[in-house]
Amino acid sequence: MNYTLNVNGKSRSVDVAPDTPMLWILRDHLDLVGAKYGCGGGFCGACTVHADGVAIRSCQFTAAEMSGKKIVTIEGLSEHGTHPLQRAWCELDVAQCGYCQAGQIMNAAELLAKHPHPTDADIDTAMAGNLCRCATYTRIRAAIHQAAGQSAT
Amino acid sequence: MNSAIAPTLPPSEGALDRRSFLRLSALAGGGFMLGFYLKSAGTALAEEVGAASPGEFVPNNYLRIAPDGTVTIFSTRPEIGQGIKTSLPMLVAEELDVDWASVKVMSAVLDQTSGNPNPQSAGGSTSTPQSFNQMRQLGAGARAVLVEAAAQTWGVPAAECSTAHGEVRHVASGKKLAYGSLVAKAATLPPPTGVTLKDPKDFKIIGTRVSGVDNPALVTGQPLFGIDVKVPGMAYAILEKCPVFGGTAVSANLDEVKKLPGVKDAFILTGVRGVASGVAIVANSTWAAFSARQQLKVTWNEGGGANQSWTEMTRQAQAAGAQAADGDGDVFVGAAKVIEATYSFPYISHANLEPQNCTAHVTADSAEIWVPTQNPPSAVNSVAGATGLTAAQIKVHVTRSGGGFGRRLQTEYAAEAAAISQKAGMPVKLTWSREDDLRHDLYRPAGFNFLRGAVDAAGKISAWRDLAVTFGGGGGGGRGGRGGGAMLLPPGAGAVFAQAAAPGAAGAAPARGGARGGGARGGGARGGGGFPGGFVQNFSTRGAQVASNVPTTAWRAPGDCTAMWVSQSFLDELAHAAGRDPLEFKLEHLGAGPAGAYRDRVIPVVKLAAEKLGWGAKLPKGRGQGIAFSFSHQGYVAHAVEVTVSPAGKLKVDRVVSAVDVGSVIVNLSGAENQVEGSVVDALSTLMFPALNIEKGRIVQSNFDEYELLRMPDAPAKIEVHFLKTNNGPTGLGEPAFSALAPAVCNAIFAATGIRVRELPLSRTSLKWS
Ligand code: FES
Ligand code: FES
Repeated sequence: MNYTLNVNGKSRSVDVAPDTPMLWILRDHLDLVGAKYGCGGGFCGACTVHADGVAIRSCQFTAAEMSGKKIVTIEGLSEHGTHPLQRAWCELDVAQCGYCQAGQIMNAAELLAKHPHPTDADIDTAMAGNLCRCATYTRIRAAIHQAAGQSAT
Repeated sequence: MNSAIAPTLPPSEGALDRRSFLRLSALAGGGFMLGFYLKSAGTALAEEVGAASPGEFVPNNYLRIAPDGTVTIFSTRPEIGQGIKTSLPMLVAEELDVDWASVKVMSAVLDQTSGNPNPQSAGGSTSTPQSFNQMRQLGAGARAVLVEAAAQTWGVPAAECSTAHGEVRHVASGKKLAYGSLVAKAATLPPPTGVTLKDPKDFKIIGTRVSGVDNPALVTGQPLFGIDVKVPGMAYAILEKCPVFGGTAVSANLDEVKKLPGVKDAFILTGVRGVASGVAIVANSTWAAFSARQQLKVTWNEGGGANQSWTEMTRQAQAAGAQAADGDGDVFVGAAKVIEATYSFPYISHANLEPQNCTAHVTADSAEIWVPTQNPPSAVNSVAGATGLTAAQIKVHVTRSGGGFGRRLQTEYAAEAAAISQKAGMPVKLTWSREDDLRHDLYRPAGFNFLRGAVDAAGKISAWRDLAVTFGGGGGGGRGGRGGGAMLLPPGAGAVFAQAAAPGAAGAAPARGGARGGGARGGGARGGGGFPGGFVQNFSTRGAQVASNVPTTAWRAPGDCTAMWVSQSFLDELAHAAGRDPLEFKLEHLGAGPAGAYRDRVIPVVKLAAEKLGWGAKLPKGRGQGIAFSFSHQGYVAHAVEVTVSPAGKLKVDRVVSAVDVGSVIVNLSGAENQVEGSVVDALSTLMFPALNIEKGRIVQSNFDEYELLRMPDAPAKIEVHFLKTNNGPTGLGEPAFSALAPAVCNAIFAATGIRVRELPLSRTSLKWS
């Protein structure tokens, strides 16, 4: 089936089976590999992207469900990688293997959009769906706080 | 990985490694390259550089300087999250005397030239000790030639020249030349015969906080990982393997599957060397392959493994433990107090967040693979075994790995991808599903420890006996990896009870340079060398093995990661049995042990962690402090923690203080702290959550809903890392800080509640108190 999708501000058309998850459309058909496959079941958050500003697990949504929505992936979060979260992630050297981090940043971006100055508890609640196998949680927390500071100024 | 290069203190001056010397060479583009020149000249070269001048060039190059001054350093060790792609190039840049901002780092392809003194593997926390001096020599050698080039240009002695910020300077005349302007001349000069390394007090890059070189690409979603690879004409594959270890595919509805949308091919793979029997589906997208798999029906010959269950394995382990008292002799007679305890831990998975995958393009006479691996040489062997090609016909591109933890030392997924590509006749990317990854891992060994210990009237440990029961010996269905028990058993322990070899080595200088650190093969609760072996009277370990064909392999700090939990928890039990303060009790026993490197290095980290935590603070019930120490993978670590346990039994780790001695130099402070923080939280996760169950020969858990790991709300609020610099060669940090954390937390839980945790994961023990 043919679908037209709005991804990172561009109209993209794909020809895929109707049940193809958005994650694999992005990765295999649109060559946007920032969203990662970690579980395929909505459990890990590695595949997180935004649909109309809401952080979603892209492995759990099909093209039909996504058409008409504005999809933003890590590749489109900012033009030059300068979103406050992206900068904070580099400054605090958050990543270890880095595989989860695009999903973490996309999830955190929604949090900051809604709560520009989150508390630790806000962060813990909002980020609980994003696994980091390398266990970089304390730096993720710190980087969200740092980015929140940058957002405020 | 058994390099003979011992981690010694960096010499301030020295001859180059005898097996290699630095050789310079002109590049077609006018830059100059430098590398370790090895005895057999091959052609493997990081292809990203572009071609070098033919005939003139050397293999195995690590460094390039372009006329515009850009410095490119090739990273040869796989990056799996340990930060090596940043830290080793920092060493080169330091001695080269360039600004870090002018450095670009690129990954090298596997160099199969024989005799590589700098193995392209990552495991056992060995990269830093093996490469520390080599990387520095490489930078210093290049610097020496650039200095010579400038000296000749100016007609002054090289000794009058100095370097800084990528320039050679002539102090007396004030002349300066940028490295880039010297490369043409430098390329014509002979290699240096010896180099002078910097005095550590002059380090400008080493010891600072440097953000990972791939961070900008990571935070913008650029392709870096194996799973991100796409090559022209590539198809997408899955491999369905028998859910029972060792089972084989008999038949499948291949004709039906081949008709499904997007499917290009489907076939049974069986009898391929290094590949578990199964059914491959090759399709035009990952999802087409995953969907077709839902329609696949396979008849399996499950084999003998189908009877296996964790319940039965547990029963057999306990039966073995019931005989634990045999052979104790009379060492427990007359003790003031005797305690007994059984500790147990389940199989767990590595659960790399990036599932195993490999892209392979196999033709009649060649193979090219792109693989996330800790062990590129093993990938060559896997592909050679599966395809019948020779190593020389195989080219390996090493991608970033989404986690290693020991799993990616094994490379059977590369054999699988190669076998599928060969049979399908096209390049394929094989992607394991999360379910495949959990059910076809090579697991961390499960085990039981049956302990008996005694204290005498003076409050000293008078006997300590440990029977370690492990599982293994049944083979893993033709898969790689070690047998289940080997890693936890004392040397020489077989399938029947065996008296352990003398624990001996404690007190002597620990073994160095081995792939798994000093004595990680140690028996039962002894762990990675040192305490209690040699520090406790009447200490003995024995091993027994229950048959199992569950495949196992190294899992972060192999052996130590469970053995330290057992021994450091039991030590705490003995302290309480003696009615003593656990810290005092531990220090007293360490202090009374044999003199040597172990004692000299472990006591200071214990004291430092205790002091920084504020050991001994009076806390209300429900709050407690705990401490534990370890020597693992050449690093000495103590963790001191403070926890709160709610009356309902909910654990919160309030503070973790980590004292770490990994030698005289911390290469990248940010990366080093990240490794300790990650080890702490990973160890807490492993204590609290994961466990695999086995029924009918199958792993029961399938995905992260059933196989839980720690998430942000359970991460400690604060982790303080203190590096204790000692006059010892720098060693690695991927593993040392893992093993003592779980016992420190369990000891704190006991202090808070009086409840002793003796079974992993924590969720199996109620921590409710009133
Ligand atoms: S891959 Fe989508 S939540 Fe894990
Ligand atoms: S950094 Fe490795 S999974 Fe998060």
